[in-house]
Amino acid sequence: MTSIFFRSIKFLIGAGFVFVLLLALLGSITGLINEPPKQTAEQALHKHPKELELASNGPLGKFDTGQLQRGFKVYKEVCATCHSLHMISFRNLKDLGYSDAQVKKIAKEWAIKQPVFDEKAGTWGERDNLPSDRFPKVYYAGTGNPPDLSLITKARHDGAAYVHSLLTGYGEKPDPAVAAKFPEAMKTPEGMHFNPYFANLNIAMPPPLVSDDQVKYDDGTRATIDQMAKDVSAFLVWTAEPTLQKRHQAGLAVVIFLLFATGLAYGAYLTVWRGMKH
Amino acid sequence: MSFPWARHYEPKNPVMKWVDERLPLPRFVYNAIGAGYPVPRNLNYFWNFGILAGLSLVIQIVTGIVLAMHFHSSAAGAFDSVNGTIMRDVNAGWFLRFAHANGASMFFVVVYIHIFRGLHYGSYKAPREMVWLLGVVIFLLMMATAFMGYVLPWGQMSFWGAQVITGFFSAIPVVGDWIRIWLLGGYAPDDATLNRFFSLHYLLPFVIAGVIILHIWALHIPGSNNPTGVEVKGEQDTVPFHPYYTAKDGFGVGIFLILFSTLIFFYPDYLGHPDNYIPANPLSTPAHIVPEWYFWPFYAILRAFTADFILPAKLWGVLAMFGSILLLFFLPWLDRSPVRSANYRPMYRVAFWVLVADVLILGWCGGSPAEPLYVIISQIAAAYYFAHFLIIVPIISRIETPRPLPNSITEAVLGDEGGSRITATAATA
Repeated sequence: MTSIFFRSIKFLIGAGFVFVLLLALLGSITGLINEPPKQTAEQALHKHPKELELASNGPLGKFDTGQLQRGFKVYKEVCATCHSLHMISFRNLKDLGYSDAQVKKIAKEWAIKQPVFDEKAGTWGERDNLPSDRFPKVYYAGTGNPPDLSLITKARHDGAAYVHSLLTGYGEKPDPAVAAKFPEAMKTPEGMHFNPYFANLNIAMPPPLVSDDQVKYDDGTRATIDQMAKDVSAFLVWTAEPTLQKRHQAGLAVVIFLLFATGLAYGAYLTVWRGMKH
Repeated sequence: MSFPWARHYEPKNPVMKWVDERLPLPRFVYNAIGAGYPVPRNLNYFWNFGILAGLSLVIQIVTGIVLAMHFHSSAAGAFDSVNGTIMRDVNAGWFLRFAHANGASMFFVVVYIHIFRGLHYGSYKAPREMVWLLGVVIFLLMMATAFMGYVLPWGQMSFWGAQVITGFFSAIPVVGDWIRIWLLGGYAPDDATLNRFFSLHYLLPFVIAGVIILHIWALHIPGSNNPTGVEVKGEQDTVPFHPYYTAKDGFGVGIFLILFSTLIFFYPDYLGHPDNYIPANPLSTPAHIVPEWYFWPFYAILRAFTADFILPAKLWGVLAMFGSILLLFFLPWLDRSPVRSANYRPMYRVAFWVLVADVLILGWCGGSPAEPLYVIISQIAAAYYFAHFLIIVPIISRIETPRPLPNSITEAVLGDEGGSRITATAATA
């Protein structure tokens, strides 16, 4: 009896796991029948971001510095009121084509100053920003929790396209037929704003880009809402990874070299194995 | 330890001779991966993956050591040191970081193929059980190392992943919560957790390297398996590892590096999760907590157990998840068929490919949200996974009639030219 038990222990353990899983399966199926999953308002009304063509897209994409400068201007004049950019230093702006003197000026004139602690007096004061400083943190007292934007295009699915769609999506009203099915979800709470690109449809951020020419571009580009949204999205791709263009260029060289080296290695393999059937 | 016709190391250079007499390290390397190791001549490209796994470990250790020079192991500084300092200010820091993060994925891709190669060609069977057992140990160590490494950047998925994985231990009755607090060094992941994970994440790769030496040592006693699963009969069945397999591995390494570089330079975030670019926030739980893709099949098994039966469902899930790996230790004794290669085992061959599909389905479910449909599919797939190893394989090994085996590797390779009875399958193997 015991020897049969030990010989069949693998079947018993296997049957045990399978039994418990089938029990769980039965539970899941009855659950599914008794309470069929209902489509939620988010599933019905949430939209995927619109396609966004940027110069930095694709495996060999490059930054368009003109667009990055425009995007920086949008950030500076619109977003910077509430959103930090804490992983970027002022000196990094040289990547966008600004000179040392321009960077110094931008840093000095930045509205939020660098906090400094006075060791003698034990009090906090502030000083002008220097090119070596990171962008100072923005403290926001109102509703919502404006995230730091340094990595935002990496921290959301579809990155730049998401930012662009979110910024231009405030006016998009839901399909009335679908919306009628979710009367509760359609009541936008006080102080919130409906935006179909936001995960739970209601966002605390008021529409930041409200009219054309809200930002005055220096290069003659027409500052439509869509253009401003595109430019700031492109800028935020740069802030998320300033080394992106370098990465693409290095990658091209590395892959070309490796293709060549692998070709040689394949030749070596054929030469070594010549005459040896395998 | 090796075949009688293995070449012997004869240093010609007086310096090497002097060294060899005092410390036979050059001889050891020569016998392990040099001309002194006779290898079956018929190995296919699936036999490249052992070397590729070793290369992956070396890449992880080298990039990891440099990254550790710039990493701040604290809850306040970790995220900024990775995404700020290393990615922006350290010379080629972005390359090191992307190489290390994607290197972990490449390591798992290679090891999974290596494991399934072993399953297909019966490399776990006598006399290679010890090679297989040590391999499972390496796999477990890799999983622990990868999990702790993913916690280090201290993003949202790092934090909540640590929360979920250490939560497994609280499923243990009576002492579970106490063990969890002891592991974390607190009630939730924090500085103490991050620092011990960093310490262990630095230690374990060297433990893996040690077990790899044992793995190769154990392999060299019987020598490598081969696609026919027939043992080496004589010198004509083998070629010296160097230059034959060093040349073939060189080509394999080239292909590996091309794919690896494509990931690093063009799609570095493809395998990652956007939420890990959000700093850890203990007060905000992500909508879906998902581990890295290489844990998805096991995550699906964990989540498949939704019914309490004697034990609570959570404990069943944890037992089954660990059990799904631990049962690999018993595989050499679960499969009693004397034939190794699936090429000669018509029933096992089908079961093998169904298992591959099953694990892919489990992976797909594990990466999806825990919605009813995915849960149902993962329950069926998890049940099949256990049934495969504990019921189907033992039964197949009793009832299956294997196809005739070639008399030797050489006969299989030379096929009709050898002028002996051989099946078509054997010739293509």
